[in-house]
Amino acid sequence: MDILSNLALGFSVALSPWTLMLAILGCFIGTIVGALPGLGPSNGVALLIPITFSMGLDATAALVLLTSVYYGAMYGGRISSILLNIPGDEPAMMTCLDGYPMAKNGRAGDALVISGVASFVGALLATVALMLIAPMLAQAAYLFGPAEYFALYLLAFSTLGGIASKNQAKAALASAIGLGIAMIGLDNQTGLPRFTGGNLHLMDGIDFLVAIVGLFAVSEVFVFIESHGKGSALGVKLGKITVPWRDIWETKWTMLRSSILGFIAGILPGAGASLGSFLTYMMEKSIAGEKGKFGTGVVKGVAAPEAGNNSAAGGALVPMLTLGVPGSGTTAVLLAVLMTLNITPGPTLFADRPEVVWGLIASLLIANVVLLLMNVPMVKIFVKILMVPPALLLPGVMMVSFVGIYSLTGSYFDLLLMIAFGVMGWLFRKLDIPTVPVILGILLGNAMEDNLRRAMILSDGDAMFLFSSPISIGLWVAAILGFVAPIFLRRIIKKPTVPDHAKPVD
Amino acid sequence: MISGDRLFGAVVVLGAGAYAAAALQLQTGFMSDPVGSKTFPLLVAGVSVICGLVMVIRPDDDPEWPTLRTLGALAVAVAVLAAYAYTLKPLGFLIPTAIAAGVLSYQINPRPMFAVLAGLGLSVGLFSLFKFVLGLGLVALPGG
Repeated sequence: MDILSNLALGFSVALSPWTLMLAILGCFIGTIVGALPGLGPSNGVALLIPITFSMGLDATAALVLLTSVYYGAMYGGRISSILLNIPGDEPAMMTCLDGYPMAKNGRAGDALVISGVASFVGALLATVALMLIAPMLAQAAYLFGPAEYFALYLLAFSTLGGIASKNQAKAALASAIGLGIAMIGLDNQTGLPRFTGGNLHLMDGIDFLVAIVGLFAVSEVFVFIESHGKGSALGVKLGKITVPWRDIWETKWTMLRSSILGFIAGILPGAGASLGSFLTYMMEKSIAGEKGKFGTGVVKGVAAPEAGNNSAAGGALVPMLTLGVPGSGTTAVLLAVLMTLNITPGPTLFADRPEVVWGLIASLLIANVVLLLMNVPMVKIFVKILMVPPALLLPGVMMVSFVGIYSLTGSYFDLLLMIAFGVMGWLFRKLDIPTVPVILGILLGNAMEDNLRRAMILSDGDAMFLFSSPISIGLWVAAILGFVAPIFLRRIIKKPTVPDHAKPVD
Repeated sequence: MISGDRLFGAVVVLGAGAYAAAALQLQTGFMSDPVGSKTFPLLVAGVSVICGLVMVIRPDDDPEWPTLRTLGALAVAVAVLAAYAYTLKPLGFLIPTAIAAGVLSYQINPRPMFAVLAGLGLSVGLFSLFKFVLGLGLVALPGG
């Protein structure tokens, strides 16, 4: 009954009028951000962090607002997938496959309602699972010493690089660049500056918020300047919205299965929501077989990826809250939120700051209900917002980025750095180098180095200490497998379908 | 034509070399731990060199690079934003924001009237939002 009393504590925090208002506001902004092509959960949250802090919200309030935006964006992504055939964010990609054909068949309203309900089921089940699993994992995390944490960080980098990207070298390079950037500034142990080139602005290191906003938001604007914001005209008419009860009932097992698989995909470090929606769609497609007609606009093809990606979004919070290791780009951004609020995620968070954890969980449950109400009867409002032309939207994004960072640090140097990170983000996207590992490197770099040094102090410089406990050996093995296995899997899986791309390079 | 991956890989190898050299120059404090402040940066540089070399030896297919004209447009955007960063403090929020937002809008969709309106609208709209709704301390005009 521990959980119930904790939950009661959570609701007592989350149900205060002020927090409730922030949750509703966050859901609304989040849905818009998710629906707009080019803005997804990670850059949406990234954009709002500096502004939230400049407003001086306390820890719980800021966290509630930003996680509501996160959940809202996961809901909103489906709107443009279905109506425009452009995923509003990456995890909503799979929803295009059946959502857009449904819309073309004149069932846009049905597709929006079913996907909204599927999102609700996925997110709700995931939040409940998070409630049950996270405290247990937090207990296990007490067994982690510096050597284990070092191996855990390595695991996060290697699976993020292994699963989420197409080229191992590029993913590893992105992590290394992030870690290298994290080293800039004063050395934690000796207090001496490193890699500052004598520049006083760099003494405190590079603020990760500057890097996040630059890489995620500013680079998006450059991408739009290059492409001139093509393909954002609304193609499908939306009729009257009715609730297709029969279809929803028919997809109940699909939603349930997808929620479970999505949650597991979300917990895995480096996998996150995109993998969740991909796996669930493939699973339902193979269960339904040929006569399932997946890809032609069937309801299960809309329900599965939406339940999957929303559930994965909840699952991704588990490693982030209990171990401080994010599993995806957006949870990396949420980790940045916690770090800025001076909250250290990990087992101690559950013991010392229960009001933060349980307030967060309670507000996720509330956000879910709010989002269901917003996304089914009020979906037309969001469809209107999709018609904002990119030539107005993207300059707006840029100006908000500038104001956010400027009001946070008040320094023109940080603004210049942010532009530089924006250019870097654009170049990396061109070269197909993932940007999420860069962020993860900047966020975790100092902690990773500290743990390595602490482990070596404990063992008096014996490197074998890193592999001395069963947990750390397990993590090292998982890290190496997670990095190497996809190289082989990719060849096996891709060869029969796309022979041209999978040709081994000799 | 040199592939983008090869070029970038080579730049990475050089950069990582410089980074490692800088790491080796670091002074060691008198209270040093077994690992010290050099080891981790050197490890990072080592990983970067390997990855850079892999990119040089086995580059992916080249992406579709923008035309010179588009590159020029991007350079203009970066220059405008840098100027914006420098002028935001001395000139206040309204004027630089209107100009920067207008230029960006024109670059995404070249319709002059729309761009002017977008610049003015965003400048005034965002200022009201930030100043009066969110309560951020922005300065509207020079000396104001």
